[in-house]
Amino acid sequence: MGEHRPAVTTRDDRRPAGSPVRPILALVAAAALPLAFLVVFFVLPVAGMLQLGFWPDQRSGGGPDLSGFAEVLGRARTQRIIGFTVATAAAAAGLTVLLGVPAAYTLYRLALPGRAVLRALVTVPFVLPTVVVGVMFRSLLAEGGPLGWLGLDGSPVAILAAFVFFNTAVVVRTVGVRWESLDHRAEQAAAALGASPWTVFRTVTLPALGPAVWSAASVVFLFCATAFGVVLVLGGLRYGTVETEIYLLTTTLLDLRGAAVLSVLQFVAVVAMLAVTAAIQRRSAPGTRRPAGHPSVLPVTRAAIPALAVTALVVLLVLVPVGSLVLGSLRRGSEWTLANYTALAGASPAAGLVAPVWSAVETSLRVAVDATVLAVTLGLLVSVVVTRRPRSASGTRALQVLDGAFMLPLGISAVTVGFGFLVTLDRPPLDLRSSPILVPIAQAMVALPLVVRTLAPVLHGIDDRQRQAAATLGASPWQALLAVDAPAIRRPLLAATGFALAVSLGEFGATSFLVRPDRQTLPVVVYQLVGRPGAENFGTGLAAAVVLAVLTSVAMAVVERLRVSSVGAF
Amino acid sequence: MPRRGWAGALAAVALVTAVGGCSLGTGSTGAPGPSGTTGASPSGGGTAAASRAAYRCGPGRTEVLVAAHDSFSLSPELLAAFTAATGCTATVLKSGDAGALTNKLVLTKASPIADAVFGIDNTFAGRAVGAGLLAPYAAPLPAGAAPHALPGAGAAVLTPVDYGDVCVNIDTAWFAAKKINPPVTLEDLLAPQYRDLFVTPGASTSSPGFAFLLATIGKYGPDGWADYWKKLRANGVKVVAGWEDAYTVDFTASGKGTRPIVLSYASSPPFTIPKGGSTPTTAALLDTCFRQVEYAGVLAGAKNPDGAKAFVDFLLSAPVQQAIPDSMYMFPVDSSIPLPKDWAAWAKVAPKPFDVPAAQIEANRDGWLRQWTDLTSG
Repeated sequence: MGEHRPAVTTRDDRRPAGSPVRPILALVAAAALPLAFLVVFFVLPVAGMLQLGFWPDQRSGGGPDLSGFAEVLGRARTQRIIGFTVATAAAAAGLTVLLGVPAAYTLYRLALPGRAVLRALVTVPFVLPTVVVGVMFRSLLAEGGPLGWLGLDGSPVAILAAFVFFNTAVVVRTVGVRWESLDHRAEQAAAALGASPWTVFRTVTLPALGPAVWSAASVVFLFCATAFGVVLVLGGLRYGTVETEIYLLTTTLLDLRGAAVLSVLQFVAVVAMLAVTAAIQRRSAPGTRRPAGHPSVLPVTRAAIPALAVTALVVLLVLVPVGSLVLGSLRRGSEWTLANYTALAGASPAAGLVAPVWSAVETSLRVAVDATVLAVTLGLLVSVVVTRRPRSASGTRALQVLDGAFMLPLGISAVTVGFGFLVTLDRPPLDLRSSPILVPIAQAMVALPLVVRTLAPVLHGIDDRQRQAAATLGASPWQALLAVDAPAIRRPLLAATGFALAVSLGEFGATSFLVRPDRQTLPVVVYQLVGRPGAENFGTGLAAAVVLAVLTSVAMAVVERLRVSSVGAF
Repeated sequence: MPRRGWAGALAAVALVTAVGGCSLGTGSTGAPGPSGTTGASPSGGGTAAASRAAYRCGPGRTEVLVAAHDSFSLSPELLAAFTAATGCTATVLKSGDAGALTNKLVLTKASPIADAVFGIDNTFAGRAVGAGLLAPYAAPLPAGAAPHALPGAGAAVLTPVDYGDVCVNIDTAWFAAKKINPPVTLEDLLAPQYRDLFVTPGASTSSPGFAFLLATIGKYGPDGWADYWKKLRANGVKVVAGWEDAYTVDFTASGKGTRPIVLSYASSPPFTIPKGGSTPTTAALLDTCFRQVEYAGVLAGAKNPDGAKAFVDFLLSAPVQQAIPDSMYMFPVDSSIPLPKDWAAWAKVAPKPFDVPAAQIEANRDGWLRQWTDLTSG
């Protein structure tokens, strides 16, 4: 890395690169806002819950009590739960790679008609509310369901299937984007030298894809190890994960010590995963990247049949649960009807809701817009900061830590954060516990890492020499930022906005653990409708879920049209 | 890259920001009642509430914050009548199920999140009372409500508002079609002809599931219930996570399920009256029930204690008691309130539900749940 230009600088902007103090100050200033947000709405709440768990007698002068570690980790139940969490998450990561890599090939390397639609389709599950998907999976797999003969209900296989359903998109997008951007001349050269397609894949393509595969697999592992709603519904109680155990310990047993031990365990595991991912990504050689230009695609040939078959399986795995959701919404009892959809407009007391479901759509959109503004603004700042290239090793390390810190909310229990809000944000100026603003904040916390992962790679990919060239031509750093970075990030910014909107619209876990004012978001309304007696409520709940799925899909389809490859990739 | 494109993107982001700005603005004002409903609904509700309004909000403090469980639901008209009668505006904060609600209040005891609470039930009342999170206030009880009050110290801080019986339900149509005599008691569920026919939500993840565990503890005692569950498991009971799962996926009356016996509520049968029919296709077994009573109270350290008292009184007023069956699926504690037609005909109250005292539940919840979890898993 040669010379360095400050990203944001002070008035003395014609200075040549060299003064190390001011750029650092500017970086710190740009990082301060998102960092403050992270500290107040994530670190403090989590720390507050840990403190209650390990230091219950603080007010009466007692010391911290760490004996809980040995006791909680010694329980046979805890060990079984940890074992199950690790095993299912690892199996899910492996399966999504096996399915996702061929699908990535089909959807990103082959000239397949309609591949844009298929790419959007496989991303839809990622933004669906987990509870609804859980209920739909169960109605497929339960004894009387269409797939009941498989005997999978309440088995770990059902949980695995749901994990694969939700997360295949992560592998497809991450690996697909990387695959598309490879310099394919190396493959062509190998083929010209007589290597079979399989040998080319094994010796040239796969090593180049390796980092992306590992990265995707570790993120899938992370998502699965912290999955909540879907495990609760599909696990049939025989199988619990660390996350469902934290929920049980906190909301039913009020065993804060046990919950704190498991939260720390989760935290350590997440940090380890992030460190491994970062190390793997750092080893990825930038030299293998394709020169700029339109991605080349391959014609669909007979050799692609296995990959096409796997892709068909992936599409089927998405379509079957989504299809059964749509069919379910068109039935009431044993009749076909649109009544569930017309019921969305009414506020009949029998539906148990005081306002029409449509008003929840409006609430959801408003909350999602707020969350999106927050997530995109903060995410942009974070991305700009973490993609600067400081000359010192310590500066580089600081930025890596910062980058990782904003990924942490993905891996920490929503229960812990939700309860933590209550015990820490309890005095002015931050007495926000009952404020409606906490809902968009919690959703922004979920969307923020995804925004950073969309924007940072784009900024990182900009050749620093372009900025230097601009500076040589007399541009101030601000002008360089506008002339070089801004055009490159225009579409990604829009795409990240759409993605954040879709994720916020579907967000259920964090929202449901907050204290919420009496205006509910759509996923919460869906959950409440499904949880009330009467075929009418269940059907209306499914119809509302379909509306939600359509909203998130439209947002994702718009994102897909923007062709920003880093969306949803890790 | 053309500049115009960037300007468009900036404009789009700015638009989103503008919309976001406004929604943040309206979002933080709090009051949920849509404007214009206040005048539209005198309908007796206002006057009835007014006649009871012993407590009012002073001019300085008109907002009363109510922490409630997720199933809380009252019409904007009723809440507007409350404002008309007392000068208080109620803002309802939904905080999870009865367990999560109680635990949140226990954790925030030092600086309470609300003034009043509704939705602590008898399975968590022991914890709420023991933790001292409530201020003394017991509203004057309407006719027939006294038997639902907590015994001992609890009665001084928690006021019963509604109740419901958690009972085993059966698909009567299924049993008639198969010409099998349906079960009647808990003991019957162990019989071989009901093998693999029963589904229940789990005690650790569902509040009706926990109520059913308490029914078996009430029936077989602290020493006998584990044995009952072993036999239940040997007879093929299916344990799922939530009520919605058991009732909408596994129960035969939902259309697709394969199990005609399900744990639900005594008030569930009216919801299974087929379109155009007059009789439900399911029934509740009234000898298998545990009674859940839901309470309201004033939180210790409330900023608006008078408003909180007014809200507790409001929950016992005739219009709210009358609205409870349709909006929250529970029976009102006021026995003088006429029930909705279908309820009067088909939602029965268990004559002698099983009982486990709140203090005993609080002392043993942990141990029972861990033991139950071990019995039903692995």
